[in-house]
Amino acid sequence: MNGLFGRLAWSDLKLFETFMHGVSIDTLVAAGAAWMVVLGGVALAAWLTWARLWGPLWRDWLTSVDHKKIGIMYIVLGFVMMARGVAEGVVMRTHQATAYQGGVLSEEHWAELFSTHGTIMIFFVAMPFITGFINYLVPLQIGARDMAFPMLNQISLGLTATGAALTMISLVVGIFETGGWTAYPPFTGADFDPGPGPDYWVWAILLSGFGSMFSGINFAVTIYKMRAPGMTYMRMPVFTWTALCTSILLTFALPPLTVACLMQALDRYLGFHFFTNDQGGNMMNYANLFWMFGHPEVYILILPAFGIFSELTSTFAAKRLYGYTSLVLATMAIAVISFCVWLHHFFTMGNSATVNAAFGIATMLIAIPTGVKVYVWMATLWGGRIRFLTPMVYMTGFFIMFVIGGLSGIILANPAINWQVHNTQFIVAHFHNVLLPGTLFGILAGVHIWFPKAFGFRLDERAGRITAYLWIAGFSLTFLPLYIVGLMGYPRRSAAWDDPTFLPYMIVCMIGAILLAAAFTGLFVTLWISVRNRASLAVPMGDPWDGRTLEWATPAPPPHWNFATIPSIAERDAFAREKAEGRPYVIPAQYRDIHLPPDTPAGMIVFLTTTAFGFAATWWIWWLAILAAVVLVGWVVVHSFRNHPEVVIPAVEVKRVNNAWIEAIELAQGGITRDDEDTPRNRGYAATDMMVAS
Amino acid sequence: MGGNGGPGVSAKWICAALAAGLPAPAVAAAVTETRGFLRPLGPIAELQRTELIWATVLILAAILPVLFGVPWILWRYRRANTAAKYRPQWHFNTKLEILMWAGPALIVAALSLWLAQAVFRIDPYRAISPEMAEGMDFAIDGDTVPVDVIGLDWKWVFVYPEHGVASVGEMVVPVGRPVSLRLTTDTVMQSFMAPGLSGQIYAMAGMVTRQNLIATETGSTLGTNTQYNGPGFARQRAPVRAVTPETFEDWIAAARSGGTPLDEGAYARLARSGDLAQARADLDLAGEGPILFTLAAPDLFDRVVARYMSGQEIAREAQPGSPSYRPEALDLPDAPATMMEHAQ
Repeated sequence: MNGLFGRLAWSDLKLFETFMHGVSIDTLVAAGAAWMVVLGGVALAAWLTWARLWGPLWRDWLTSVDHKKIGIMYIVLGFVMMARGVAEGVVMRTHQATAYQGGVLSEEHWAELFSTHGTIMIFFVAMPFITGFINYLVPLQIGARDMAFPMLNQISLGLTATGAALTMISLVVGIFETGGWTAYPPFTGADFDPGPGPDYWVWAILLSGFGSMFSGINFAVTIYKMRAPGMTYMRMPVFTWTALCTSILLTFALPPLTVACLMQALDRYLGFHFFTNDQGGNMMNYANLFWMFGHPEVYILILPAFGIFSELTSTFAAKRLYGYTSLVLATMAIAVISFCVWLHHFFTMGNSATVNAAFGIATMLIAIPTGVKVYVWMATLWGGRIRFLTPMVYMTGFFIMFVIGGLSGIILANPAINWQVHNTQFIVAHFHNVLLPGTLFGILAGVHIWFPKAFGFRLDERAGRITAYLWIAGFSLTFLPLYIVGLMGYPRRSAAWDDPTFLPYMIVCMIGAILLAAAFTGLFVTLWISVRNRASLAVPMGDPWDGRTLEWATPAPPPHWNFATIPSIAERDAFAREKAEGRPYVIPAQYRDIHLPPDTPAGMIVFLTTTAFGFAATWWIWWLAILAAVVLVGWVVVHSFRNHPEVVIPAVEVKRVNNAWIEAIELAQGGITRDDEDTPRNRGYAATDMMVAS
Repeated sequence: MGGNGGPGVSAKWICAALAAGLPAPAVAAAVTETRGFLRPLGPIAELQRTELIWATVLILAAILPVLFGVPWILWRYRRANTAAKYRPQWHFNTKLEILMWAGPALIVAALSLWLAQAVFRIDPYRAISPEMAEGMDFAIDGDTVPVDVIGLDWKWVFVYPEHGVASVGEMVVPVGRPVSLRLTTDTVMQSFMAPGLSGQIYAMAGMVTRQNLIATETGSTLGTNTQYNGPGFARQRAPVRAVTPETFEDWIAAARSGGTPLDEGAYARLARSGDLAQARADLDLAGEGPILFTLAAPDLFDRVVARYMSGQEIAREAQPGSPSYRPEALDLPDAPATMMEHAQ
């Protein structure tokens, strides 16, 4: 303990673990991971310097308030964190395959792995993916130029990055929390774990939680207030509907988590007794608060993926979405009911039978709208002309696997069965079964669909399809066997098992995990191949899939201002209708100047100061914590006294860009049919199947 | 797939063989047969298995159309198949809508009725009574055996207050007699499950939870902590044996005659973080396997609970499970005058 470094000591640096604790697989994994973070950071910095990219990175990305760029940065952050999450998954499954009465990792290291894996995958992979997609798509889909609060949007990203950065720092300095992603006290209380692990967790979740809540408010206001004229609620694309429901959930579900984190911080730092064993503390309150967030969180992650699947089915079946109203109702129903079921995460806490039964039934109710959604997508495909491209591969994997996850979900909703399988590998199988085929497959399908919109060229179809099959196979092998060992009573988070009959299942799981690692690599191989062939994959005219919603009526990539003139909406699927009637791509009669919000370093300042604060608070480096807080508050004061004039894009510039795009389309003399979709002839100008049919 | 056991394959062998890149020889190993709820030892776990099977069957009615329908639709309506009718504008059908909403709703309604019935029937707090035995078609033969379960890191203490004995490392229950568990911990939260007999219930410091169960046949199931509580978590397993009433009496007698006295000092040392083997070492006991105790007083459980209900701060040195814990600092208060009864 000293004033300068708080409780931080040299021995907390993980880089030299093998020297301090001897060479073993366990210390090699720990030290290797730490070196990977450090060397990765150094290599990135060196490359940016060598390629002279610091300036462009700062000007074009880090200080940009363009919702499209912020969306892309969220998704990049998600993939970076996912690299760690997947690597941890492979290490854990390898350990488990050798864990008959032991295993290659130490028990402490194992605990840290399952805790960081869960925390990262939920908060710093799935959440950034979802937030990134909503960011990128919603303004384009509703015909807006940006979010309602562009600077707040950037600050949200900064806060999310803070949480991610703190978890990455914990890989190099000290250890992370070891009580799982739920971090139940009193195990994570100061009496049982003085730190720094739970402190890292508290600050990472607390700070990024503010970011997520701000995002929710921002998205909701954007959708309420910034829709193009004529876009009534019942004309919104389904993805935007799911984004709206998710925003509402974000706004109301994150505060309980933030409050729980704050109470935990008060317990840990100031000797309060919210969740301690003694002096009236009660950890059951933590369980309630955590799951009041935790259950809606599940739907925060799944609803936008449902939105992507809805857009996907109608686009790739070249058909109107079946049962739009049902789908909207089902989405809203899920959002509302999701707040009424949190207790099913602890049927085993000794609640009365009446309470257990009520929450069990409430949980089952969610199955009704979810079932409706699955049937709606099937009906959408029925009578269509389906192209089996990569997104459809993910969709098929989703259909088959997700209903199995639904099956186990309803089984878990029954308290009588839940008492047996709660806290076992059955749960692990269940939530991976909904989050991988649900959220992840949705996101990856979405990446394939909208990547051409964001970057101007398609992703390689063959590599994409192989990767999709790898994901499906890897998922099935890794997680389906866990249902069986779960029913046999194998607890989750267990570093070892005693029952030799588990062995074959554990080996299958390990093989599956290796396939998942291959699938993750496949994403980057796909990207690499596509970047190399970007000339032949280019779709500058912006509509490679015969899309139906407004974002496809822009060039690829869209200009900063999205739309030259704000469109007027007369019906659902406006762009599809225009194409079917043969009147898309009209040069507007008149162009006007466009006003856009100015760039700002706000997000970066929030990111740097809150990261410094979180790190300092974790290690009790009080001078740094105070300094970071003072800098942040001081910057806010200074910022609010300065003028921030809007950026004006002159009408001539808008006209030049927009006319060039439309003239290129006219020069192409007719779009390509869907037969040529996966060929270099696809330049993003679609002859729609619906027109061909009628 | 239930429970496990039967002719097992030596996992260590296979691990070693895999490491050496050799084909694994199938080596039969003597494995103590432990049973999960798929091969139940009593009516509660049996009902849970029945619930699982019927819930699965009912839900399959809702998902089989998806599992078979999706591949068929994808094939039938593939773009290359010009024989299939293309309906680009088809987007609503009243009958189909009704079917889509009513189908899942009916299944959920059926499952809900079923669920409520089961939850009330095998509510862990419901004492095993003759009415329950009649309703679920099993026989009760004898008085209720009260057992107090105290969770420590990383072992369970099973206290038999009426018999004046306790055990660490195994729990023994007589077949045919209801067993009433009260549970708490003297450290972080844990969750106790004896899957062959009943589901799990959390155990929390300063609080008492309950689980009632009964065995109707002899056998063994693995008593497990399912809530992560630190490095020794995976070793917090203790067999729960359902034995004949005679064997049970013999076991009690053996504990009474040969058990280690469980006084405050012995409890304080037992409370140190460690697995069963560590507990033996802490208590200066030779050998291995479960430890049997004789009770100094029957109210150990209540005194452990009372520790957290005094409103006083508990120093870290006196908190089992804390890295600062010292057995000398542990001080168990007297049990409150109004002890919580086992009977409901």
